Amino acid sequence: METADLIFKIVFVLGVFGVSLVIAMYSTYAERKVAAFFQDRIGPNRAGPFGLLQPLADGVKMFMKEEIIPTHADKALFILGPSIAMLTACMTSVVIPWGSSLIINGKEFVMQITDVNIGILYVFGVVSIGVYGIMIGGWASNNKFSLLGALRASSQMISYELAMGMSIIALVMMTGTLSIREIVESQPGAHWNVFVQPLGFLLFLICAFAETNRTPFDLPECETELVGGYHTEYSSMKLGFYLFAEYINMFISSAIIVCLYFGGYNFPFLNSLGLSHNLTAILGTVLMFGKIFFFIFFFMWVRWTIPRFRYDQLMRLGWKILIPLAVLNIVITAVVLLFKYDLWNTSIN
Amino acid sequence: MSKIAFFVLAFLSIFSAMMVVFSRKPVHSVLSLIFCFFTIAGHYILLNAQFLAAVHIIVYAGAIMVLFLFVIMLLNLNAESEPHKTSAGKIAAVVSGGLLLLVLVSVLKSTDGLQLSASPDSQVGMVKNLGMVLYDKYMLPFEVSALLFLTAMIGATMIGKKELD
Repeated sequence: METADLIFKIVFVLGVFGVSLVIAMYSTYAERKVAAFFQDRIGPNRAGPFGLLQPLADGVKMFMKEEIIPTHADKALFILGPSIAMLTACMTSVVIPWGSSLIINGKEFVMQITDVNIGILYVFGVVSIGVYGIMIGGWASNNKFSLLGALRASSQMISYELAMGMSIIALVMMTGTLSIREIVESQPGAHWNVFVQPLGFLLFLICAFAETNRTPFDLPECETELVGGYHTEYSSMKLGFYLFAEYINMFISSAIIVCLYFGGYNFPFLNSLGLSHNLTAILGTVLMFGKIFFFIFFFMWVRWTIPRFRYDQLMRLGWKILIPLAVLNIVITAVVLLFKYDLWNTSIN
Repeated sequence: MSKIAFFVLAFLSIFSAMMVVFSRKPVHSVLSLIFCFFTIAGHYILLNAQFLAAVHIIVYAGAIMVLFLFVIMLLNLNAESEPHKTSAGKIAAVVSGGLLLLVLVSVLKSTDGLQLSASPDSQVGMVKNLGMVLYDKYMLPFEVSALLFLTAMIGATMIGKKELD
């Protein structure tokens, strides 16, 4: 690898990492403001203008709090839990294409950390490790409420991972690739996958809510039944890591939804504006972030509108409704593809 | 470069596999096993089998081991509450383990001169090639194994139903 490539990659990796942390930080602020708006309150407005420094104040508070490790807890695993949660939250952004490419000094730099040819499977792999953060933390606390929360989290995530994977299969059948960049490039202009895979998108969206443990699927931390769920015993920044990982996950899953179903950095008429290559790429990235912010808002919108499910309802929805629908979606897609393929073959002959 | 990676990975996988056996707490054993699976996935990547590595992580580390951990956490086994094993059981375990070792060593000895190419084809493990092989050359075994999975699934459902009634 050349030096220029290496420098660009290092800067880009640090940039992606920093941006996802800052966005997650301000998502906490946005969440409180959105909640306040939905409940006809004002929300945080003391720290800085409009309360804009609130996330910093929260961070300082988290770091200053006393760190408590319960006497009967498994110390190593107690610390490992939030570390895994944070690590897996930050790992997924590697395969997301944040923009097309920049040309600097006549050299093309792709705006993606790495384009592995199993991109979407990599995401699933990381997501499936994410559950260990919650399980280990919940068990190591040596508290029955934490353990119950951890068990709920793991069974919920396993159940919804299946439906999520199956909703993706129909998409992969259409695009014929697992690389996220190629999926994005297969939907130029306004040919977004959401218009041809509406059912798949709906299934993926529901499963994304379940995988990020957001309301209406936040049973692992259901405070009316389980005190605080898996993080009952956590304090200080270890609790902060669990809460923060949820916001990073929300950002990353919004980015993946946008890439898979909403064209990523593609936007109608973007290429016919007659702008230079770099300007088009930057505008595409800005528009992509616009779409991502909409989905982050959507996550919050749902949280403050819909009450959480009961546990049996959650399981019934996952196994008896979402998975059959996903299978139906695969079959319909296969039939349509076969029909189109036949038509194409006969028109050639 | 890849040689160093191989030796580090090999050391880690053997070390974590030993930790599965030697650690006192069952939960630590399961976590070591999960770590062992990760190092094996690393070996797959070194052999250019990216798809296999990803599926290995998703299926084994992500799903099966979660269920293992699930069961062991619910049983809440500790070093103190561990049931005492009889000496007959211990002797039987040693004898069967020794026999397994004997079989493995004899099998490895009979494979004279393993013909391993130093650098496998870099495209061999890509999804496209794998799909071509599975759906073309090994179509029948692939379908038969799918049937096996279906049978297992139906069996699991039947057992679940019986519990419910």
